[in-house]
Amino acid sequence: MKILDTLKYTPNHEWLQLEGDEALVGVTDFAQSQLGDIVFVEVETVGEILEKGESFGTIEAVKTVEDIYLPVSGEILEFNEALNANPELINKEPYEGGWVVRIKVTNPSEVASLLDAVAYEKHVAESAH
Amino acid sequence: MKNTAFTKFHEELGAKMVPFAGYNMPVQYEGLIAEHHTVRKGVGVFDVSHMGEFWVKGPKAFDFVQYVTSNDVAALFDGKVQYSCFPNGKGGIVDDLLVYRVNEVTYLLVVNAANIDKDWAWCVSQAPKFGLTVGKELYNASDEIAQLAIQGPLALKAMQKLTDTSVEDMEYYTFKKLTFAGVKDVIFSTTGYTGSGGCEIYMANKDADNIWKAVFEAGEEFGIKPIGLGARDTLRLEMGFCLYGNDINDTTSPLEAGLGWITKFNDKKEFVDKAFLLQQKAEGLKHKLVGFELIDKGIPRQHYPICNAEGTHIGEVTSGTMGPSVNMAVGMGYVPTALSKADSEIYIEVRGKLLKAKVVKLPFYKG
Repeated sequence: MKILDTLKYTPNHEWLQLEGDEALVGVTDFAQSQLGDIVFVEVETVGEILEKGESFGTIEAVKTVEDIYLPVSGEILEFNEALNANPELINKEPYEGGWVVRIKVTNPSEVASLLDAVAYEKHVAESAH
Repeated sequence: MKNTAFTKFHEELGAKMVPFAGYNMPVQYEGLIAEHHTVRKGVGVFDVSHMGEFWVKGPKAFDFVQYVTSNDVAALFDGKVQYSCFPNGKGGIVDDLLVYRVNEVTYLLVVNAANIDKDWAWCVSQAPKFGLTVGKELYNASDEIAQLAIQGPLALKAMQKLTDTSVEDMEYYTFKKLTFAGVKDVIFSTTGYTGSGGCEIYMANKDADNIWKAVFEAGEEFGIKPIGLGARDTLRLEMGFCLYGNDINDTTSPLEAGLGWITKFNDKKEFVDKAFLLQQKAEGLKHKLVGFELIDKGIPRQHYPICNAEGTHIGEVTSGTMGPSVNMAVGMGYVPTALSKADSEIYIEVRGKLLKAKVVKLPFYKG
């Protein structure tokens, strides 16, 4: 299972990659492996300003559906349209082509509350039991 | 939680294991969609050892099976299999099952894993009417028998390598007792719940290791792969086959579930709920189980409400998925009879939104 040192994580298995005052948000390699084959990603919150922890969309695997939550408060700037035709990008490259939304971070101090790679790895190890 | 005779192979192969009906079962190996396509296009192997098997034997065996099941056992001949259900005496269904006729005094009933205890209790409760001795003439062999479903267009060709008895030319829903991979008295049945052909084989637990290995060796040149419960569900759903616990249960009528074809009102056949079901048929069905395709984008899931164009709840989704072969979101559910015809417009409520769908004829997958 891949965990990148350069990203921040939530206990709910989302990742965040900070780029100035914007960030990319997706779900982790662990999350996609638990979901299985992803067949549909729905994000209808582009343009909305959401709080940290609010659901901004859903990911549907063949057998299950999960909400995706915002790691930090922000405005949803863009949905990764490539996921419309190829939702399996999340399975194949969860940290690259499988990013889900780009956001404008409205409260940068919240980033410090996210897990780093080491803490997230520990969290995954614990939740696997 | 019980293991099957094949559990160690699933674990060695790195399958994702889940508790299912009290058994430790593989839900997927390489991935659900890939496994689904393996069965549609080639050959895949399911461990279905969790299924239950009851033997019914003796001079009253026929009368018993004819009474407890809805289909006409008189239509069977030696070596023939029949899909059927146990009506529950209250208009619902105890379980759906397969009935095997070995000979006129020997029948094998194959039932769902989740219902073994309930089915057994039900059969035991009916046994005294026919003077069957429980433990002898009515015998629960579920813990002694291992079972594999080898499914797909290449399944019979691959399995023919393991037996001298001809199996490639077997009719659908028939079976033979034969020597398979050197093991005597294996039941080889051209059944399965995928819609892609193939067979199901029944063996004693002690022979499971050898047969598993032989099946994968014989199938290697055909690209044989192990398949999990996840793909089993998408394969059966694309065919519109009912899953007990989803589409049928103790409260659903076999007629409303579209199982009229296995509910036979012959003069000679007395069976549980015959009068009730005849009356229901005469009065007309209020609801019917239908298949539907989603027109709007989304995926229907079990228990999502089904609505009419006005948004009024008219039913509930009983099964739903993205169908990997039909490449569409499809589902089944009960709707009022007036909306059960093909092309009827219905709506599925998905997280507060009404998504447009249309009723279609089953199966979704036409092969």
